[in-house]
This record gives sequence, C-alpha cells and structure tokens, in this order.
Amino acid sequence: MSELLRLAGVSKSFGGIHAVSKVSFGLKKGEIVGMIGPNGAGKTTLVNLITGVHSLSTGKVVFEGHDVSRQRPFEAARRGIARTFQIVQPFPSMTVFENVAAGSLFGGGSNIAKAIERTEEELAFVGLNDIRDIPAASLTLPNRKRLELAKSLAMSPKLLLLDEVNAGLNTGEIEGAMNLIRQIAARGITILIIEHLMKVLLSVSERVLVLHHGEMLAEGKPDEIVQDQRVIEAYLGAKFAGRMTARKS
Amino acid sequence: MMRRYQPFGFVLFVFWCAALLITPMWADNYVVRIAITMAMFSAMALSWNFIGGFVGYPSFSTAAFFGIGCYIGALAQRADAPMVASWLIATIVVAAFAAALGAIILRLKGHYFAIGSIAIVELTRLITSSWSSVTGGGNGLNVPLLGGSPDEVSAFVLYVMTVVMIAAFIVTFLVDRSRLGFGFRCIHQNEDAADMVGIDTTRYKVLAFTLSALFCGTVGAVYASWVGYIDPTDTFSILLTVKVPVMVLLGGAGTLFGPVVGAVGFVFLEEVFWANFLEWNRAILGFIIVFLIFFLPNGLLRIDYKRLLRKRTGTVTGAAKS
Repeated sequence: MSELLRLAGVSKSFGGIHAVSKVSFGLKKGEIVGMIGPNGAGKTTLVNLITGVHSLSTGKVVFEGHDVSRQRPFEAARRGIARTFQIVQPFPSMTVFENVAAGSLFGGGSNIAKAIERTEEELAFVGLNDIRDIPAASLTLPNRKRLELAKSLAMSPKLLLLDEVNAGLNTGEIEGAMNLIRQIAARGITILIIEHLMKVLLSVSERVLVLHHGEMLAEGKPDEIVQDQRVIEAYLGAKFAGRMTARKS
Repeated sequence: MMRRYQPFGFVLFVFWCAALLITPMWADNYVVRIAITMAMFSAMALSWNFIGGFVGYPSFSTAAFFGIGCYIGALAQRADAPMVASWLIATIVVAAFAAALGAIILRLKGHYFAIGSIAIVELTRLITSSWSSVTGGGNGLNVPLLGGSPDEVSAFVLYVMTVVMIAAFIVTFLVDRSRLGFGFRCIHQNEDAADMVGIDTTRYKVLAFTLSALFCGTVGAVYASWVGYIDPTDTFSILLTVKVPVMVLLGGAGTLFGPVVGAVGFVFLEEVFWANFLEWNRAILGFIIVFLIFFLPNGLLRIDYKRLLRKRTGTVTGAAKS
C-alpha cells in the first residue's frame, strides 16, 4: 500500500507554548488509524496543521507525494482532505441539503448537477434524507454529527479526519456512528480518527497513535498500545500506573 | 444555486422600472428629482447588498466609492474624455480601488471591519480635500455641464440612473443563483466551515467587496455630471455611508428585491420628513435605525405576512367568541 499522508517533524508553537513538537507519522491508503491522547495533548492542533488552519512552525506535511505544508484550508479541501469539527460547524440557517451541497459543490469541485447527485447519495448514506429541508440549526446533536459527516463525504475526500465525532453521543448513538465509519472505510477512504473512548477506538482502528504533551508517545497495534507502560502513565499518572502494573503482575 | 423565485417580484420590478422611466412625461422636475434619487440609491443599495447582505460584512465604505467615482468621473471629463467613457473609467478605477483595499481590510471581522471601512471614507475625504492641485481641495471641482434644458437633463440622468440600477439588479440576480452567491451565503453563515468545504473565502470576500463598489463608482460619476459641481464634504458624506446600509436593512438584507424596496421606501420617507420636519429629519433617521434594529432585524421582505395576517384574523375571531 502506498502512503497517502506523511508528517515529518511537524511542530507548532503558540508563543512559548509548544502545542505540537516534532511529530512524524504516515498514513497508508485505505487505513483507519486512531489517535488518542489526554486533553490538551495537541490532537486538534495536529488536525489544524494537516488542513492548513494553522501554519507549521517547522516540519513538513506531504500529501500524495506533494509538499502541502503551506496550503490554506480551502486548498486542503480541494485536494481531498476533509475533516469534521469537534464542535460541529454547520451553516445554521441553511437547510440540511444545502449544507451537504456546499461540500459537494465547492470541495468536490464538480458541476451543479453532479453536486446535487452526490449530495443526495450522502444524505441517504448518513440517513438524513427525511429531514433534508429543515434548517441545520434545528437538528439534534447526533444528527448534526451526521450532517458534519455527510458534508465531509460529499467533498469526495481521500483522507477524512474525524475529530471526536462521538463526543456527546450516548452508547446507542455511538454504535450507529461507528457503523457509518466502518462503511466509510469500506469505500477505501483513509481515516484518521481522534477519539477518547478507548473501546470504540480499539474496535475500529488498525493502528493507534498516542500523543502526549504535543509529542508522539507511542505508535502501534491497538492491543499493544493499551499495554504500553508510557501510555498508561500518560493517562493515569505514574502513581496509579504503578499500582495497575503491580496488580497485573 | 437551487433557488426558486416567485415571478410576482419580477413583474413588480419591471413595472417599477417602467414607472420610473415615464416620470418625466407627466411629472415636474421635483418629482423627477425624487425618481432619480430613488434609482440612484437603489443602485447603491443593491451594491451594498453583495458585501453586507450576502457575505454579511457590515461595510461602511459606500461613500468612499461614491466619492471616488465622482472625482474620477469629473477629472476624466475635465481631461476631455467623452462623458460616457469617463463614467466607465470611474467604474473601473473604483472597482480596482475596492479590490486592492478589500485584500487589506477584509482581514478584519465584525465591528473591526465596520470601523475599518468607515475610516476609509474619512481617509479618502481628507486626501481629496488636501490634494488641492488635482482635486481643487475644499473649493471643489466644476464638471462640464450636460447640454439641454433642465427638464431634458433630469430626464437623461433618470434614464442613466435607472439603467445602472437595472444592471445592478441583473448582476444581483445572476450572483444570487450562482455558485458565487451560494459561496457568499456560506461565508455569511460560518466562515470557518466555508473555508473547510473548499471555498476560497479571501477571494470570495474581495469579489463581493469589489461588486459592492462597482456600481457606486458609476453612480458617483453620473451624479457628478448631473450636479455639475462636487466638493469633498458633499461627496464623501458619512451620512450617505450610513443611509445605504439602513435602506438595505429596511428592505431585507441578502434578498433580491429588498435593497430596491428599502431604497424607495427610505427616500420616500426622507422626502416626507424633510419637507415637513425640517429640524427633525436627522433625528427621524436615527429613530428609523433604532426601530429597524429592535423590530425589523430582517427587513420588510423577510416578514411572514401570511402569518401576520392569520394572527390578526385569529385574534379578531377569538375576541368575537369570548
């Protein structure tokens, strides 16, 4: 499998704060990779760096063999990098249909007829077809998350960055969302999924990256990651991590 | 994109244009003057609608565009350019000015953008009044007079202003139903999300700002030819820069017909108040602004008249029962 995205020594500082420092990893085509890390670890900043919302302090982002370190968000979108926001970002007084159409029309780079067709496909896919004509502002949270997903998918992305799509959903709703994500992956779209719920993450991802204090702490198979001493320490602190290993042995 | 229109509005608009154009046949110069003012402000309100209504950036630069249009038109004519050519030159120069300026001040958002754009009016006014060697400074400039009797001049200016208004309307219509207009609306709703779905927000905003200047430049140049004399305080007027957005808000920002409805309504009200309350007309303008913000934030065209009617009849029948 060839590599779709490569980050090489990517850093970002806001004044004296190093939000992300020297992070390097690659994503292969068609892979689902999970990313975890305690609050403030720099996960969302990393997504913003990949999509060009923030400019890199140092390092390089390579997408499909091209250096895209200096791209702007709309360029990322047109190249095929779509994202969802942790806090959903709809066009509030536009209809559900128009929201998704914005994705297919501008991000998909297609003509209007084609864009409408794509919009209808994705609305059906996420299950929002029945409420396509209501304004996005009146959607419930799970539906807003679905809308966010449909909008990103309508852009026909090659890489999808999911920033906590499950935050604020209950168990049943998460199950539905995970099913959708598996189906998206089945289409061959590469997915980087940021998630706090370990159970969810371990069940879908082939590989897990762990970010801590802006640095890459560990990388590996899901079951290896949960056993990793450094990861346990990052989440529980040294004292409790010690107790946990003691109990195990 | 995918917008549906009711033919009613268009029919009304065509009738309105016809009504404007036949004014000189039956009315005296006073009425024709009002008709010119209505057409002129309609064109400027339609222009403002691109940036203020569609994209949602509260621009107060209208007077700067109008004033520069006046001066470029006047200077071109004084340099012996034919009248129509000098109007076109003014349009192009103002559009280029707005494009260059937009790239700078559209980095600001919300209130900051509003203040930045209002500063442009003051700045251009000060430059114009200090640069005496070119602009004549505070003494103003004489513009070659239009030939013909006063009635003929008024009729001619009215036709030109109406044509400019129709042009502005056609461009609004085309933008409204195109990808561009859809992109403008997306930026209005949520600029970050618009960026993220692949809209080049900077370019779109600069385009909207340029569109909002274009016709103001033409209107300014035609105005200069009409009045025959311009000076900095008259052309770069803060009052003008506030009036135009108020008109659009009165009619309905971001709608197709709102700017025209608002401009016509406002000019009519202003004429009534000006004639009857000479001392109080500014206060009344202030009152209209306050009223708009509190009671009609979406303008006349966004009111759900059917619901309003149902409510009224509802309360009437309810009262009859009790």
